[in-house]
Amino acid sequence: MNRIINKLIIFFQEMRLLEYQGKELFKEFGIPIPKSCIAFSIEEARTLLTNEITFPIVLKSQVPVGGRGKAGAIKKCKNMKEVESQFTVLLNKKIEGESPRGLLLEEIITISKELYVSLFLNRSARCFSLIVSAAGGMDIESTENRFIVDIISKGDIEDIASRIAGMAGIGSENRQRFVDFVQRLYKLLCEKEAELVEVNPAALLKDGSIVALDSKVIVDDNALFRHPELIKYEEATELESLAKKNGFSFVQLQGNIAIIGNGAGLVMSTLDMVSDAGGNAGAFLDFGGSATSETIYQALTVISRVKSIQKIVVNLFGGIVRTDLVAQGILRAYSNNLITVPVFARISGAESVKAKEILNDSKAHLFDRIEDAIHAAVHGIKSQEGKATL
Amino acid sequence: MIHQTYDYDLMRILEGNIGDSDYRRQPVIVQGMTGSFGSVHTRLMREYGTNIVAGVTPGKGGQTFEGVPIYNNVSEAVSNTNAKISVVFVPAPHFLNATMESLENGIKLLIAIPEHVPIRDSMRVIEYAKERGARIIGPNTPGIIVPGTIKIGIMPADPFTPGKTIVFSRSGTLMYEVAFNLSRNGFGQKICLGIGGDPINGTSLIEAIEMVRTANSNDPIVIVGEIGGDAEEKFVSHLEASGISGRMVAYIAGRSAPKEKKMGHAGAIVYGKYGSAESKFESFGRLGIPVAKTPAELPLLLKDKAIQ
Repeated sequence: MNRIINKLIIFFQEMRLLEYQGKELFKEFGIPIPKSCIAFSIEEARTLLTNEITFPIVLKSQVPVGGRGKAGAIKKCKNMKEVESQFTVLLNKKIEGESPRGLLLEEIITISKELYVSLFLNRSARCFSLIVSAAGGMDIESTENRFIVDIISKGDIEDIASRIAGMAGIGSENRQRFVDFVQRLYKLLCEKEAELVEVNPAALLKDGSIVALDSKVIVDDNALFRHPELIKYEEATELESLAKKNGFSFVQLQGNIAIIGNGAGLVMSTLDMVSDAGGNAGAFLDFGGSATSETIYQALTVISRVKSIQKIVVNLFGGIVRTDLVAQGILRAYSNNLITVPVFARISGAESVKAKEILNDSKAHLFDRIEDAIHAAVHGIKSQEGKATL
Repeated sequence: MIHQTYDYDLMRILEGNIGDSDYRRQPVIVQGMTGSFGSVHTRLMREYGTNIVAGVTPGKGGQTFEGVPIYNNVSEAVSNTNAKISVVFVPAPHFLNATMESLENGIKLLIAIPEHVPIRDSMRVIEYAKERGARIIGPNTPGIIVPGTIKIGIMPADPFTPGKTIVFSRSGTLMYEVAFNLSRNGFGQKICLGIGGDPINGTSLIEAIEMVRTANSNDPIVIVGEIGGDAEEKFVSHLEASGISGRMVAYIAGRSAPKEKKMGHAGAIVYGKYGSAESKFESFGRLGIPVAKTPAELPLLLKDKAIQ
């Protein structure tokens, strides 16, 4: 059941908490962390450093991406002068396109050894697994000595933690504290319905105590209805919020072609075909199975707010969806000047003949095959080509 | 850790036994029949010929929906109908209670339609299903269809035609799209099964293929995958280990998706190489299973395979 893995098992991203938010949860569950405070401005930092936090400290950029150390998003400061020169620079420094939400001011502690501890959702095994390495830090992904044990539903976390400590070479003098540390992380994982609780690194101190220097916590956003206390951590762009309110899945991309459809797989497939045809997708929007005139109108409302969009490809596989209602929604978006850019649509299924009639005089071009719709969107449309297929 | 329940014969559960009066008329109950979604699809399933025998909606027992009796709980529905199959339309927060109840009362095949079910609820139900010798398809699945015989789920009827091709799909609408392309090219389907778009699935690709092992091994098999997770990789390893072979083709959606973005399905996200399309292509390539570039290309690849 337990085996050494050479490749770190990684996870899909759900609702990822920032380091300081994860550490708030750590505190709640009695998981030791260094003394730290979040600051959103230099003024706040000055006050905190006068009253709460003692030098030397690290300034840590609060972005929801990994690799902060390598990206220069973590800076040591010995005194206020260094903080004054670093704070604003760091606060304005984007990491992988993400703007920092704030900076964590954290007291530096002396450590004797770094560990890596992670509890994660093991999808194919349909259980949570514990990974531990006695070498934590920035290069965990290339470390050989990681140990993984699956936590089956009736598994005893105390026993598992103790066994994995042995495998990872954590000395018997530190064993009990390590087991306690893992037990608390596991309690957090279960009680907050997290999909991932990762500590990299966890610091082993001279006195044998273990302190979480970083936190990475991903919670199950589908379980938020049972966790009102976590809702404050939810973070979405304005457009993502608007999309979510309508029950859409929306991802903004770099290009100029918006791709809309009913069903995640279908929209992904369309994205691939647009990319193959040489086009650049600028938005991904799945409006789900139950499309009506109103859903498509709302979807176009979201898309209309993405300034880079010049063309819209709609791939609608009907059947249960009434395609004539969808056509009415598109028509309404044009007549209300919600959108002015051309729509290249493949609409198949129930009432598709009627749908084509509705859109006949609009800037929407209808096609029977998605390949043709994409070709026209990417390479331009020859006169009457779109209409000819009707 | 793949749990081995390979004696489960899905086709028999769906069709029944030849000679029995209910052969190809297996009774099905609908949990959440009176909701807006449940009622629309109850109607469509019945139009297709699915033998919907009862609905379950707490508090509405004694009523009927278009002539179908409604019961307050699964226990009453099952004891009055002998149904072994249930399709669930309840909202995600009620999913756990509804499904535990049906498993307790002898349901052997549970089609879990809802999206946004919390992961721990899925895990609990899937584990309980194993204890009870039952099988869950989904959650977040369009369901199962045996074209011409039974439709349990939300898929439109039109794209599907009876035949021999077996389709397993991680995506709903793509399953319809693929079936549409197959049908148009003369590849009717024996069964189309939606694995579901969630990170945790009641029935994995591996379990799905093991459940239809009784099907003729020459039947063409189409795997419709997508980015995220390692279901396709594990599936290919299983084919290698168990020696299952046959006319198999695949399609993977999302190869141009950016990394670390959740693409509509909760499970569709790439992190590094894990979950990436390249990793899945490599796996299929290792066994010489061709991967189509578009859904429309799948039937062409199947024709090539037939010539070989």
